[in-house]
Amino acid sequence: MNKEKKLLVSAIKNGTVIDHIPAKDLFKVIKILGLDKARQPITFGSNLVSRKIGKKAVIKISGVYFEDKDLNRIALISENVRLNVIKNYEVVEKKQVKVPERIIGIAKCVNPKCITNHENITTKFTVINKDVISLKCEYCEKITDKKHIKII
Amino acid sequence: MKNRNLVSITDYSKEDISEILRLAHLFEQKTNQRILENKVIASLFFEPSTRTRLSFESAINRLSGRVIGFSEAGSSSVSKGESLKDTIKTVANYSDLIIMRHPLEGSAKYAGEVSDVPVINAGDGANQHPTQTLLDLYSIYKTQGTLENLNIFLIGDLKYGRTVHSLLMAMSKYNPVFNFISHKKLRIPDEYKMFLHDLNIKYYEHTEFTDIISRADIMYMTRVQKERFSDPIEYEKTKDIYILRNNMLTDTKDNLKILHPLPRVNEINEDVDKNEKAYYFEQAKNGVYTRQAIISAILGLKPENN
Ligand SMILES: [Zn+2]
Repeated sequence: MNKEKKLLVSAIKNGTVIDHIPAKDLFKVIKILGLDKARQPITFGSNLVSRKIGKKAVIKISGVYFEDKDLNRIALISENVRLNVIKNYEVVEKKQVKVPERIIGIAKCVNPKCITNHENITTKFTVINKDVISLKCEYCEKITDKKHIKII
Repeated sequence: MKNRNLVSITDYSKEDISEILRLAHLFEQKTNQRILENKVIASLFFEPSTRTRLSFESAINRLSGRVIGFSEAGSSSVSKGESLKDTIKTVANYSDLIIMRHPLEGSAKYAGEVSDVPVINAGDGANQHPTQTLLDLYSIYKTQGTLENLNIFLIGDLKYGRTVHSLLMAMSKYNPVFNFISHKKLRIPDEYKMFLHDLNIKYYEHTEFTDIISRADIMYMTRVQKERFSDPIEYEKTKDIYILRNNMLTDTKDNLKILHPLPRVNEINEDVDKNEKAYYFEQAKNGVYTRQAIISAILGLKPENN
């Protein structure tokens, strides 16, 4: 591991490093994970060079470990994101974001006449396309495509 | 089907559909029965639809059941701001079955989730109206003797017409050929063409209403609604292209039947009404038998003449 890369992933003692975020999606990921409201120390870098995805962003959160359902939240925005679990400055686990079969309670249905936009209902979607993420609302059956996905 | 909600036509398998058609036939032979004595059925119409409501209520009354409910949201607690969830949970305490019409899409599925008694969707916005589809299937079956291998023409508003979409999905179980006739702005959506393509079902699209109809076993007409067009001149031009007149039926098949979910505006000229191929009024009548079949199947009750 070269020095530069090592520095990126190990600059916190305990916590999570979220890597390979497409730079343009940095603020979406922050919102999805609720980091804008977090109280732990967070640092992030953006417009870093990545051979895989062009410009990338990295977020480092001290003292926080994410569950798989949080991974699913990120997959809604970008599937290439990787998480490194850091304990005592070492990467102890690498997690790859996976697009789930269903999305529960994260996204908003694009259809203004959908019941989920009028009552207090947890949204449910079936993922009908994992490559270019496309969600079919299990209530109104309308499709919300990637560019219209709004995070609740 | 017992105790299951009927929210979407896709809730019913081919076997379920066959059972509904069998029961509908029995109820047609003996429409007045006492099997719903001691049953209270809630009819909740959050938006008015007199035709559908009366069809359900006639079906229930002829089976000696009782109906509670409302025919528009203004006369219910909804107008006082009660949530759909609370309305459904309350009404479920008072009834054995809920029939619901609601302007919002997905409302019937949600009602089914929160209700302790089964829910029948009588239309949720532009989404689903499965009892209409089942009565369409019964009408087709009754007039053709089969649902298999038919040439189905769908005509009019194929883009927004939910009855057309549900009928397409349901008939696709029976190896049909589809012909779509519509204005280019009201063409059948791509997702349905993909659905047919994946099932290897043949379909043809036309923008002109020609003698191609001589191939039809069923012509399913729908009305073109003015609000679908931003340009009123275009609407005026369009609505007159897709009018079925009696003289167009000269060379059509003997077994052809013309269906329409009603109400019609002008898309079927009144001179067609006296043609024996016109079937839309009988189709509406079949709605009563079909709804009797659906209600009894969900409540687990058998017709007396079973
Ligand atoms: Zn929806």
